Amino acid sequence: MTDRPRPLSPHLQVYRWQIQMVTSILHRATGIALAVGTLLVVWGILALATSESAFETFKSCIGNPIGVILLVGWSWSLTFHLCNGIRHLVQDSGAGFQISQFVRSSWLAVIGSVVFLVVIWAYVLLVGGAA
Amino acid sequence: MTLRVGTDDVRGMLRDPMKHARGLGSAQAGVGHWWVQRLTAGALILLGGWFVITVLSLLHADYAMAHATVAKPWNALLLILFIVTAFWHAVLGLQVVLEDYVHTRWKEVAAMVAIKFVAVLAATAAVLAVLRIALGV
Repeated sequence: MTDRPRPLSPHLQVYRWQIQMVTSILHRATGIALAVGTLLVVWGILALATSESAFETFKSCIGNPIGVILLVGWSWSLTFHLCNGIRHLVQDSGAGFQISQFVRSSWLAVIGSVVFLVVIWAYVLLVGGAA
Repeated sequence: MTLRVGTDDVRGMLRDPMKHARGLGSAQAGVGHWWVQRLTAGALILLGGWFVITVLSLLHADYAMAHATVAKPWNALLLILFIVTAFWHAVLGLQVVLEDYVHTRWKEVAAMVAIKFVAVLAATAAVLAVLRIALGV
């Protein structure tokens, strides 16, 4: 089959930035990040099944400063994709399609994701981790 | 509803069979994709929550304790479900991203095949590892 040029819609540069655009773009970006992050989870499980030394290597990798930065990024990706995903599921039912509701639910997803992130890392800092 | 030109019903005639030959138009597989994406999303709300809480409960755990936690039947079951569902959801999502942004057909297909290979390999490896931990082999 030959590739025929398909019509394309005007892209980002012609639009004023709005919160709905931000949540839409972030949903994709965090989804891609989470797909990669799940590979890290697999690494952890494989290390746990392999040996104590393999698991210690895994723990020291995610425990160093770069690893912690990545973990913060992944955990925020998770909380945002979760909050915005729930928003999309609600919208799939046909609810919340007025522009004002759309804007409000977008902000709710952003703020909710930050709240969840803070709760998770506050717990980590308070309890303290061996990793 | 009928669509008439004179006395003839021309519905069938207006649908040009050339669209099938060219492979344009609906492949009829979109609804299944859409539903499974939502189904896995709903499952991941529960499984993701369980995963985060379980990881947080293991902050102080050493190797033996982490190993023993994963070995518990419920945890092993939920961890396997979490991994498989997460990769399934990821493949469906990445497929949409590729379809939107990769406009060269062979690159799109090659990327999709690569993503599926990696996802199946990683998910299978993780499932096998959890089973090894749970069964103590």
